[in-house]
Amino acid sequence: MNQAIKDIEQEIIDDFKLFDEWAEKYEYVIELGRKLPIMDDTLKTDSNKIKGCQSSVWMTTKFTDGRIYFEADSDSTFVKGLIALLMKVMNGQKPEDIVAAPLDFINQTGLTTHIAQTRSNGLMAMIKQMKLYALGYQMKAETH
Amino acid sequence: MTATDFDVESIRKDFPILSQKVYGKPLIYFDNAATSQKPQAVIDSLVKYYSEYNANIHRGVHYLSQKASIAYDDVRTKVQRFVNAETDKEIVFVRGTTEGINLVASSYGRKNIAAGDEVLISAMEHHSNIVPWQLLCEEKGAILKIIPMNDKGEIIFEEFEKLLNARTKFISIVYISNSLGTINPVKKIIAKAHEYGIPVLVDAAQAVAHLQVDVQDLDCDFMAFSSHKMLGPTGTGVLYGKMKLLEDMPPYQGGGDMIRSVSFEKTTYNDVPFKFEAGTPNVADVIAFGAAIDYLSNLNHATIESYEKELLNYVTEQLSEIKELKIIGTAKDKAGVVSFILEGINAMDAGMYLDTLGIAVRTGQHCTEPAMDFFKIPGTIRASFLFYNTKDEIDALVEGVKKAIKLLK
Repeated sequence: MNQAIKDIEQEIIDDFKLFDEWAEKYEYVIELGRKLPIMDDTLKTDSNKIKGCQSSVWMTTKFTDGRIYFEADSDSTFVKGLIALLMKVMNGQKPEDIVAAPLDFINQTGLTTHIAQTRSNGLMAMIKQMKLYALGYQMKAETH
Repeated sequence: MTATDFDVESIRKDFPILSQKVYGKPLIYFDNAATSQKPQAVIDSLVKYYSEYNANIHRGVHYLSQKASIAYDDVRTKVQRFVNAETDKEIVFVRGTTEGINLVASSYGRKNIAAGDEVLISAMEHHSNIVPWQLLCEEKGAILKIIPMNDKGEIIFEEFEKLLNARTKFISIVYISNSLGTINPVKKIIAKAHEYGIPVLVDAAQAVAHLQVDVQDLDCDFMAFSSHKMLGPTGTGVLYGKMKLLEDMPPYQGGGDMIRSVSFEKTTYNDVPFKFEAGTPNVADVIAFGAAIDYLSNLNHATIESYEKELLNYVTEQLSEIKELKIIGTAKDKAGVVSFILEGINAMDAGMYLDTLGIAVRTGQHCTEPAMDFFKIPGTIRASFLFYNTKDEIDALVEGVKKAIKLLK
């Protein structure tokens, strides 16, 4: 796995080690969610939407100098916090590195036991969508 | 005895799970509409069955099988008495409410509903009382019609009457809405339907834990409910059907126990209710379900109902004082459920926050997506109550909601 991705993941895992309690982790993710840059409403289109059972996510990407930059938003502040974590890891990476990364670091934050709903409806769908974007850019690059 | 004399603390001791802590905080369980907790007697019954007389039933000649068969069949009589059916033959054991409704849609529906016929359900149905009828209507070319509700979440009776006509062949309606708490006037609906000779199925999944249900008084043709929402184990439940209707219906599934005689040329079926109980049934859970019925039957129903009403009035008053909060479902007759939204706050975010405080609520659509669409909301936060909940727990919920607003707004 790409070292940069691995390092950022470890950094996040270490951050979460500071918290003993679920309540603290929850508030930390909410805080991250609040700080996530606001997405322009014009980008919140149906084609950019990943519909979950309890929250919606909109996601779009930019591809500059061989690197991917994601932009995403949600109607759930908690999910926005998860987006912030994913973007921290993936923004500015190369498509092939994102495709190859296991991206299971959230399991090691201890959040997953609390977010069964989000995981099955939102988080996994987001990661899958991010990988699909990366795969798309990778294939495009290879055919050129 | 009045509701205020009701000794909730001694009741709570019967439910071992209620005394546990989550995240170091006392568990406050407000997800009873999803599933109720179980008294020790139900848990003991399961353990006793598996430790002392586990056997397959209705076929064995040996001691254990006889003992298990008698215990299993006894529960049928307990259920009969609990809902006041005419005979225990009208009680079919199924996996739960969902299977009960599917059984009627597949068996009664396939036989009696044809192209152009109409099936009526209400706007507040659970998905399990929508999809089986959609499947049937699709297969038969029949039409599913929806009884509308008003902004309070009450069925509009005059609109229901207007929908009735010679093509209406079946009505399936929820007794108490799981997402709004509305108690529907099912007796009145059934009486009206019967004027047209239309049979009615009542989805009583939420009702059985809260109301004294009497199938003969309601005169419903079918009723489905689940054990696990009325203190019993998961995986079992009941379909009640009037004898004549059940006898006329073809089997739902084929297998052992539902047959009288099998040959490759011609198979004949067992009598009702066994005709609908193919294969080895869920013996253990049915027996423990019997223990749940015993427990409920030993409580004073009038006391329980008035205590729960008191809880619902109290939580409604307390939550109504929060200005960012809007209650969804404000019917005159309600039971067990308060559903609400918080202005500008995602329901799941608030539900997760309450979880950090040890308070269990449900968030989302509650398997009633069309009802949520009606109110133009993505979902609600739902707190649902049973007689073992307390006013102190409600105070904690109200405090929790206030804190959630502060944090998430």
